[in-house]
Amino acid sequence: MTRAATQATESDLIQILTPDGQRHSHETYDAYLGDVDDQMLRGFYRDMALTRRFDQEATALQRQGQLCLWVPLRGQEAAQIGSGRATRPNDYIFPTYREHGVALTRDVSFSEMLRLFRGISGGGWDPRENNFHMYTMVLAAQMPHAAGYAMALNMEQHGWDEERRAAEGNAVVAYFGDGSSTEGETHESMVFASSFEAPVVYFCQNNQWAISVPFEVQSKVPLVKRAAGYGMPGIRVDGNDVLAVLAVTRWALEHARSGKGPVLIEAVTYRLGAHTTADDPTKYRMSEEEKQWALKDPLIRLETYLRDNNLVDDAFFEQLAEDADAMAAKVREDAMAFPVPPLAKSFEQVYAEAHPLIKEELAWHLEYEAGFADAAEGEQ
Amino acid sequence: MTVFNLPDVGEGLTEADIASWKVQVGDTVEVNQIFVEIETAKSLVELPCPFAGVVTELHAAEGDTVLVDHPLISIDQEGNAEPPTGVPEPVEALNTAAPQASEEPGPLVGSGPTADSSVRRARTSRPAPSAAGSRTAAVRTSGAALADSITRRAQSLGTVVREEVDRRKPAVANFVDRVLAKPPVRRLAKELGIDINDVVGTGTQGEITRDDVNSYQAQREAEHAAAPTYWAHGQLSDARVERTPVRGVRKATAKAMVDSAFTAPHVSIFVDVDASRTMEYVQRLKKSRDFEGIKVSPLLVLARAVIWAAARNPSVNASWVETENGAEIHQKRFMNLGIAAATPRGLLVPNIKDAQNLNMKELAIALNDLATTARAGKTRPEDMRDGSLSITNIGALGIDTGTPIINPGEVAIVAFGTIRQKPWVVDGEVVPRWITTLGGSFDHRVVDGDLSARFMADVASILQEPAMLLD
Repeated sequence: MTRAATQATESDLIQILTPDGQRHSHETYDAYLGDVDDQMLRGFYRDMALTRRFDQEATALQRQGQLCLWVPLRGQEAAQIGSGRATRPNDYIFPTYREHGVALTRDVSFSEMLRLFRGISGGGWDPRENNFHMYTMVLAAQMPHAAGYAMALNMEQHGWDEERRAAEGNAVVAYFGDGSSTEGETHESMVFASSFEAPVVYFCQNNQWAISVPFEVQSKVPLVKRAAGYGMPGIRVDGNDVLAVLAVTRWALEHARSGKGPVLIEAVTYRLGAHTTADDPTKYRMSEEEKQWALKDPLIRLETYLRDNNLVDDAFFEQLAEDADAMAAKVREDAMAFPVPPLAKSFEQVYAEAHPLIKEELAWHLEYEAGFADAAEGEQ
Repeated sequence: MTVFNLPDVGEGLTEADIASWKVQVGDTVEVNQIFVEIETAKSLVELPCPFAGVVTELHAAEGDTVLVDHPLISIDQEGNAEPPTGVPEPVEALNTAAPQASEEPGPLVGSGPTADSSVRRARTSRPAPSAAGSRTAAVRTSGAALADSITRRAQSLGTVVREEVDRRKPAVANFVDRVLAKPPVRRLAKELGIDINDVVGTGTQGEITRDDVNSYQAQREAEHAAAPTYWAHGQLSDARVERTPVRGVRKATAKAMVDSAFTAPHVSIFVDVDASRTMEYVQRLKKSRDFEGIKVSPLLVLARAVIWAAARNPSVNASWVETENGAEIHQKRFMNLGIAAATPRGLLVPNIKDAQNLNMKELAIALNDLATTARAGKTRPEDMRDGSLSITNIGALGIDTGTPIINPGEVAIVAFGTIRQKPWVVDGEVVPRWITTLGGSFDHRVVDGDLSARFMADVASILQEPAMLLD
C-alpha cells in the first residue's frame, strides 16, 4: 500500500494558496473568491490563529485535570474556517466532535463548548441559536441526521423556483472524517441525500489517520471518487488552503441550494497532533511524516502570503497574539467557574416525560450516593 | 501554597509514572509551562502547569508511580517560597505492581491496559441497595459505575465493569468446556504453533483475544531473543555478574530443595519405557467426543499411572514426620497429586486434591485447570499445601530425564522425560517406538530400594499398556 493516492500533490487537487504562500488563479473557483479582500484575508488568519490558541488552551486544561477529554484540531484550521465561512447563518451544520474552528465561524462561544468536555453537560450550547448542531461523539451518527434535515428542507422549499432557492434556500453541511467515511451511516446518508436530491454538502476532513488507522486502510481510492458511486459531484481540495476550501464549499453550497442535490468535498489535511488527549500518535506514525505535513501548515502559508503582499505588519501578529492570550485566559476562567450540576439532574434528561424505569434508577442512584462514608472518613 | 494533584490525563487512568521533571524546587513557573513529563498506561504526556509561582515541592521522584488525585507538585503562587523540603518522598507500595509491567507496547487507544490499583470511595457499613427488581440489575451496576466515575472521575469505571465481567465468567465457563476464542484467533495461534489451551484469556468473557495470543508469542520470542546477546552484555558493561536478590518463590524453592536434599536421603532410579500404546491411547482420547475441547497429553496417563501404582505401593504416598515422641511415618489414604509447574513466579508445585477420586476426564480437566492457573500466576497457597506425591514433567522441555528432588513433606517424586521415537527391539527386530524415561527419587528413610523399584515398574507398566488401568 502506498500513500501516494492521498498525497496533496495530485493534479485533481484544488489548490489556490500553495504551501509556500503563492496564490494561483483557478479557472472555476476564482469566481467564488471575488469578494475576498485584504480585510477578509486577515480575518481568516485571525480565525485560524484564535482557533489554534483555543485548542492549545483546552489541551492544557485537560492536562491539568479540568477537562475529561479534549479533541485537538491543530493542522485542520483552514479546512474548518474556510468551509465554515462559506456557510450562511441559516444553513445548518452537523459537526463531529472536532469542529472547533467551524464553531467559531458560527459564533458559538469557545467557553461554552468546554462544558461538554468538562463532563457537566451533554451539549453546552443551543444548536438553534447558531444552527450549529451539538457535537456528535458517536462516529458518523450525525450523517443520517444531516440527510434527514436536508430532506425536510426540500419539503419546506418545495415549489420554490431556482432564483428563490439561490437567494433564500438553506443547505446543510455534514462534517465527517476519513474514519467516519467507513461507517455504514455515511453510506446510508449519502444514498438518501442523493436519491432525494437533498441539499447536503458532505465535508470530509481527511486528516489521514482514524486514530491509529492510516487512510490507506480506510479506502483503496481517494475518497472523492466515492461521490461518483452515489451520483453526486465530488471535489478534492487542499484542506490546508483556506481560500481553496472557501471557494469549493461556496460552489458546493450553491449547487446544493439550487436543488441539484448533495456534493462530496474531500479536504485533504492532516491532524498534526493526537487524535484525542487519550491518544499518543508517536506509537503509530513516523515523525518524518509529521514533519512533512508541518511544512504544509495552513497558518504558515497564509502568513507568508499576507507578509509577502504587505497586507500585514508585525503589529498585526503581536496584537493577535495578545488577543488570543486574553481569549484563552477568559476561556480558562469561564471553564473553571461553570457550576457542576448534580448527577441526579441527568435522570431528568433521558425522556421528555417521567418514566418509571428512570424514576426507579434515580431512587437507586440517590440511595447509592448516600451510601458513601464522608470524605474525611474515606481518606485512608 | 497550592498543591496540584495528578489528573487523569487519559480516559479512566488511575496512575502514572514520573518520566522526568522539567522544573526544580525554587524555579519560577508560568501558567501552561511544561513542568513534568509523565508516562501513563497509554502514553508519554507533558503536563502544563496550572498556576504561576515558585515551585516549593516535587512530591515524587523520577521513576515513581503516582496515583491520580495524589499530590504531584506544590507551587507558591505568592512567590514566597518556603525552604525546599529536600528529597522527594517516594510513593510507597506501588512498586509491587512492577512484575506485571510489560515492555511490550500495549494497545494504542481505548482498550489500553486497565490499571487495577484503583482507589474506591469508602462505603458506609450499611449494605448496598437491595437488589429487588433484579430485572435492572445490570443497568444498576453500570449506573453505579457511571455515578462513581463522574463524581470521582479518575476512579474505576473500568474496574467496576471488570468485576461485573469476572462475576459472569464462571457462568459462561460452565456452558462451554473448551477455551473461548474467535476462529481468526484460533487460526493465528495455530499459525504460530501455539496450543491455544496454553494461552490465558483476558477477554470480557474470559475468551482468548488476538492480543493474548500475540503477547504469548512475544513472551516466547523474548525468552529466545535475549540469548544471542547474552554474553555480549557481559563484555560491554562492568556487569559481568548479574545479581538478583533471592526473594519470593525463588527463596521458598531454594529453602525447600535444601531442606529436602539434606534431610531426606534421596535414592533415584530410572527406567526406559516403550510408551507407544500410551501415545495411541492419547490419540484415541483426543478424538473421542467425550474429551472434546479438553487438553489430553501423555501426562494425563502418567498421572493416572502414578495414582494406580501408589495404591499398590502405598508407602511412596507418605510423609516423614518428626514428633516429640520421635519420628513417625504418615501413610496417606488420599492422593494430593502435585504437578511441578514453571510459572511466571518461578517453580510451583500445586497439587490436585483427592486425585484418587477423579476419573480420566475429571483428572484431565483438573490438570488443565492447574496448569492454566499456575501459568496465569494465580496459584493460591492452599493449592500447594498438603501434597502427597509429585510429578515433574521435564519432558515438556525436551529433556530425557533427570534426578528430581522430592517436594518437602513428601517421600517420592516422578520425573517424566520426553517421549520420542527411538529404535527399539521388539521380538528380535529393531523397530521405531515411542520411548520415554521415567525417573524417580525416593526418601530412603521411608521407601526402600525394592519398594521404589516396584512402584516405578508399576508406573512403567501402565505407560506400556494403559489398558491395564481398566482392571
